[in-house]
Amino acid sequence: MTGGALFAAVFLACVVEGVEALTIVLAVGTTRDWRSAGLGVGSALVALAVIVAALGPALTLLPLDALRLVVGGLLLIFGLQWLRKAILRASGHKALHDEDAIFRTQRTAAESATATSRGMVPDWYAYVVSFKGVLLEGLEVAFIVLTFGANQHAIGLATIAAAAAIVLVVAVGFAVRAPLARVPENTLKFVVGIMLTAFGTFWGAEGAGANWPGSDAALLVLAPVVAVIALSLVALLRSRTFSAVEVKS
Amino acid sequence: MKRLRTFGAFLYDFVVGDDWRIAVAVVAALAITVGVARTAIPAWWVVPAAVLLILPVSLVIAVRRR
Repeated sequence: MTGGALFAAVFLACVVEGVEALTIVLAVGTTRDWRSAGLGVGSALVALAVIVAALGPALTLLPLDALRLVVGGLLLIFGLQWLRKAILRASGHKALHDEDAIFRTQRTAAESATATSRGMVPDWYAYVVSFKGVLLEGLEVAFIVLTFGANQHAIGLATIAAAAAIVLVVAVGFAVRAPLARVPENTLKFVVGIMLTAFGTFWGAEGAGANWPGSDAALLVLAPVVAVIALSLVALLRSRTFSAVEVKS
Repeated sequence: MKRLRTFGAFLYDFVVGDDWRIAVAVVAALAITVGVARTAIPAWWVVPAAVLLILPVSLVIAVRRR
C-alpha cells in the first residue's frame, strides 16, 4: 500500500471524528465556559497521546503476521460497522448525522446543568463533557492511527495525517465558531467505511496465511469492489424504502 | 466492580458495535482462512466471501427491525 493511501484513509477518518468532537466542545464552550472546555480538550489529548505512545511501539514489536491477523480482523469489524451505518443512512433507513441538531441538543443540556468548580477547573460540567467527547471520538482516531501505522511500519506518517486533519478541523471550526454542518460527513463516513473494510480484508486474510493474487496490487481491486457492493446495497435498500412508502400511502 | 462492568460495556460497544454477527463472521472467516491456507487450496477468497455474505445479512436484519 502506498503512503498516499494510508495518509488519505487516516486523514479522512480523523476529519470525521474531529468534526464530531468539535461540535461537542463548541456547544459547551459557547454556553458554559471556554477555559473549562479547553482544559477538557487538553486533558483528553494528553490521554490520547499517552495511549498512542504506549501502544504504538509495543504493536510494532509483534510479528507481522500476528499483527496483521489481529489488527486486520479488528479493522474489518470496525470498517463493516461503519459501512453498515453509512449504507443505512444513505438508503434512508437511519437518520443522517446532523451536526446542527447535535449542537442544539448539547447546548440545551449544557444550559440546564448546574455549575460547580473543582481545583483549577471553573466549570466541572464543561470540562467533563469536553474531555469525554474528545476522548471517545479520539479513541477511534487513535485506533485507526495505530492499526494503519503499525501494519505499514509508518506510525509517524499516520500520526502526521491525524494531526493535519485535527488542525484543519479545529482551525475551520474556530474561524466560523459554529458546527461544521457543511462538511459532507455522511459521505466521508461512507468512504472511510469502504477503505477500512478493504484494508481490513486485505491485512486480515494476509495475516491468516492467505496470499493475495497480485500481492499489494490486490488492494487496488478490493477497494473499488467494496465500493460497488456498498453502492449496490444502497440502491437495493432505497428501492425497498420507496416501495414500503408506496404500500403505506 | 461497577466501573469494570462499565469499561467492559464500553469495550464491547467499541469493538463489536451494533451487530455482533459481523464480529462473529469476521472471526470465523479468519479462522477458516487459517485452515484453508494450510492446504494447497488458495485462501484469499474466504474473507471477501464472508464480507459479501455478512454485510447484506446484517443490513436486512437492521431494516426488518425498523
